[in-house]
Amino acid sequence: MRTVATIAAAIAVGLACAGPLAAQGGATITGRVRFTGPKPTNPTIDMSEEPQCKAKYQTPPRAETVVVNPNGTLANVFVYVKSGLPADAKYPTPTTPVVIDQDGCHYRPHVLGVMVGQQLEIRNSDPLLHNIKARGTANRGFNISQPRAGMKTTRTFSRPEVMVALECNVHGWMNAYVGVLPHPFFAVTGTDGAFTIKGLPPGTYTLEAWHEKYGTRTATVTVTGTETKTAEFTFAAQ
Amino acid sequence: MSGGRRAGVALLLVAAAAVPRTAPGAQRAAAQDTARGKAVYDRWCAQCHGETGAGDGPAAGYMLPRPRDFTAALYQVRSTASGELPTDADILRAIDQGLPGTAMPGWKGRLSADDRRALVAYLKTFSAFFEGATPQPLEFTGPPGGGEEAVRIGRQMYDSIGCAKCHGQAGRGDGPSTAELDDDAGHPIVAADLTQNWRFNGGGRVEDIYRTLRTGLDGTPMPSFSDLIDQRFLTDRELWHLAQYVRSLSPATPPRARDVILARRVDGPLPAAPDDSAWAGAEEFWVPLVGQIIRKSRWFASAVTGVRVRALHNGEELALRAAWNDRSQSPDTAWLAYARKVLAALAGDDSAPPEARPWPDQLVVQFPRRIPTGMERPYFLMGSGAEPVYQWRWQSGGPGAEEGTARGLERYEVQPPSSQTLGARAVYDQGEWRVVFTRALATPDTGNDLQFETGRPIPIAFFAWDGSSGEHGTRMAVSSWYYLALAEPTPPGVFLAPIVAAALTVGLGLLAVRQANRGRGGAGRPA
Repeated sequence: MRTVATIAAAIAVGLACAGPLAAQGGATITGRVRFTGPKPTNPTIDMSEEPQCKAKYQTPPRAETVVVNPNGTLANVFVYVKSGLPADAKYPTPTTPVVIDQDGCHYRPHVLGVMVGQQLEIRNSDPLLHNIKARGTANRGFNISQPRAGMKTTRTFSRPEVMVALECNVHGWMNAYVGVLPHPFFAVTGTDGAFTIKGLPPGTYTLEAWHEKYGTRTATVTVTGTETKTAEFTFAAQ
Repeated sequence: MSGGRRAGVALLLVAAAAVPRTAPGAQRAAAQDTARGKAVYDRWCAQCHGETGAGDGPAAGYMLPRPRDFTAALYQVRSTASGELPTDADILRAIDQGLPGTAMPGWKGRLSADDRRALVAYLKTFSAFFEGATPQPLEFTGPPGGGEEAVRIGRQMYDSIGCAKCHGQAGRGDGPSTAELDDDAGHPIVAADLTQNWRFNGGGRVEDIYRTLRTGLDGTPMPSFSDLIDQRFLTDRELWHLAQYVRSLSPATPPRARDVILARRVDGPLPAAPDDSAWAGAEEFWVPLVGQIIRKSRWFASAVTGVRVRALHNGEELALRAAWNDRSQSPDTAWLAYARKVLAALAGDDSAPPEARPWPDQLVVQFPRRIPTGMERPYFLMGSGAEPVYQWRWQSGGPGAEEGTARGLERYEVQPPSSQTLGARAVYDQGEWRVVFTRALATPDTGNDLQFETGRPIPIAFFAWDGSSGEHGTRMAVSSWYYLALAEPTPPGVFLAPIVAAALTVGLGLLAVRQANRGRGGAGRPA
């Protein structure tokens, strides 16, 4: 699936996986999310009802449900610290917004993370109507429209939730996932299937890796000082 | 509601407003409200909305859209921004007025003001989102002047912000995205037919439409368009004009059913094409349809809400034009997934859903086999063995229409080819079917065909199926019996008769007066 679209998406995901500003010092957990079994084929998306989106692709765009990288790893996996942090710890909310763009009738990136209260900036780069419906259970859902290119809407989520789903009802194939956490210890795997979570205080952590089709895997890692430890996750084809 | 009861409700409202509310007092009152609200809820609401408020009461499975799930605290009709909770007044309005186009009735006439207010308090206990929340309504301006120019600008907005993607070019809810819409609970949902404002959940006035544009209908695919104004992509005035345009797509007042469909008599050939300009001279009659829920398999979510009927005859032939709104030109495989979801959502305990297939759209026009002489008519739901009915059956994608005899809901027999004399022509255009049936008033098959006569009330009924909504067999929309009346030819005597009658009346009147005067004078006794 070596299309321009995929590469563009992968770059976007790669950028997103840099994650929030890492705290100074502390320990690091890094690793890869591997994929085993036959590589599934994502269905192509028929965008003929939106010529202005269709024109942005040289080959037919595909869904991003399962993106397996050439090195056998899985992209679009949300990896985060599920438990183990001090109960009373507070982490400052980043002042920079996390951006999600609607471009070529696709959400870019497809999976992303924000902190509670951090701004999610929703942009539209397509000259046509998109609606952005957020569906959560811990958080209030909303449904807003962006019928013009250049629109930017900022929203925040008030409670932790993995995941809040975003969808466009005008284009049923468009969906994205936002992980909302009370801390900055999360990452999204990109084109190399790698993740890095920095700045952790000493402790024993349960990490969870979330994938939209394959569900979750967990790993337990103990870190001290400024050491770097690895964690591996494996998802198998179903 | 009677004037007395209205005054009573007003008094209750005043009394409620007059209760002093200090902080602890308010808490106590809220607790009392909740207890009272629960009693009201359990008695009147739980059947549909469920004991725990999850929208899963015993009757919920027969409804689409489903009853509101209060535990999610997602309310469609609000005065607040998308994602915000509704105000108490918003919830009360939905209780009072109901939600048009759904199974939710208005409760203002049935429950007291205190009961309804208590109900609002209780509904809010179903979700923790309401704890300590004080939802703020958006501030709206009033509508600017309407008129043609406003509507013209509104149409530009309709085009430029993509309303047609779901609601269609003509607003009949037939846009390209509508077949794949779901609500937040995962149930299928269609875009509103904007030509039927009396069925808008949030109300059909310009102000209601504007509010819906600003707030969206949370829990559905309808988004809020407030950001367009906030980010100055559109002016507030332009959004009002859009609301005015949407309002202009519906008639000034909702259509009302009348008992008799009148077929005017014209000279010369009848219009056989659905879009013949001669139809402009024929009055339109609205025949509302409802789901067939008498016989299994019942159908609670009929797609066709009514048929607009016009008829003309020329003494030899009858032409009947039926038009109705339908979001899809069935059979259409793009709607198969939708039909499957609708059938699954409405699978009651009395009907296992069939596998969805690309069924056609259908219309049946039904008559008795003979014009009844008294009040007796065959059973409206396709007759019976003892009293069959004569039917015209049209279906999309087929050769046209046929004549047949029904002896019950699923006992239909098409007439032999030698007896077929019915003509039919159909047009599907932007969410509307228009079908014209033509037939001679008199036919050779006098045993099976109704022989039309002028000047006599002829029972007529309609049934409609939208194949793309999973409608097939007994899953359909039905009307009761109406009457079709073919106007009598107009003999010259018709114009003379009133004059003669008037002259006679005056003459007889004068005679009576003179007789009375003479009688009084002669007998000398007061009358």
